[in-house]
Amino acid sequence: MADQARFSELTMEFMPALYSAALRMTRNRADAEDLVQETYLKAYRGFGGFTEGTNLKAWLYRILTNTYINSYRAAKRRPEVADVEDVEDLYLYHRLATTDGNGPGRSAEDEALDSFTDDEVKAAIESLPEAFRMAVLLADVEGFSYKEIAEITDVPIGTVMSRIHRGRRALQKALHAFAEERGLVASVSGPSGD
Amino acid sequence: MVAVGDPPDAGCDGRDQGGLVGLDCDEAVHELYHYLDGELTEERRRLIAVHLDLCAPCAHAVGFEAELRQVIAQRCTDRVPDSLLQRVAAAIDEEQQGRGPGGPSGRHHVV
Repeated sequence: MADQARFSELTMEFMPALYSAALRMTRNRADAEDLVQETYLKAYRGFGGFTEGTNLKAWLYRILTNTYINSYRAAKRRPEVADVEDVEDLYLYHRLATTDGNGPGRSAEDEALDSFTDDEVKAAIESLPEAFRMAVLLADVEGFSYKEIAEITDVPIGTVMSRIHRGRRALQKALHAFAEERGLVASVSGPSGD
Repeated sequence: MVAVGDPPDAGCDGRDQGGLVGLDCDEAVHELYHYLDGELTEERRRLIAVHLDLCAPCAHAVGFEAELRQVIAQRCTDRVPDSLLQRVAAAIDEEQQGRGPGGPSGRHHVV
């Protein structure tokens, strides 16, 4: 049993992460703020049912995710059932890596990675269809394990793994498009493209 | 690695080195994400680690993927607006005093 009096003390540190996740989910600042507020209120009301010492961050994300699915996604005209295109493993690596990049110091592809801006990375994540976006967000931005993501999203672990895996590759393709726009990479195909 | 295209300093096809490398590059790449996610059994993790110690192209690719993951996590942070902090604190206060509304109080959209 968790003590409601300690709610704020225990949960406020997670607000930046929850807010960022809410922004990626809703893709809209006003909705993200409402979603975070609603999440905190629900969490406060339900805090008696939370067992202290267990994973508070995952518990809050579960509330955030459920609230998003129930209140915000429902407002959309139709549920998003889109799939992602099949993209091969190491998609970005093969396209950013250069044949002369192995001198001393940082490699050319690491420099290219560093050049991605906040806005580009956020836009790339937000371009993913919802199910893949949530899986990648929870895995790569928030660092949850497959099992935690399965519990947060109420999706079988095998499906979670597949969404993370395919979502990541689609994300690499989206990032590659930004690199291409900026002329960082040749626009037709990478070194392995044949 | 070979199956998905040659990395810049291609040369490892794993199979040449057979038992020494433990796994071939295809297997290593296939499990690369699980490896980085820390989701392999200790036995598989060790096999991949040994492969990476001996196969520079695969190690290079894994290094890139690890760096990419860091970049993604670092670039996805947003500053919480003060107004939101205040809204949440006020909503909880209100709830604490037992006069909480049924939902979020006032969906006023802060610009």
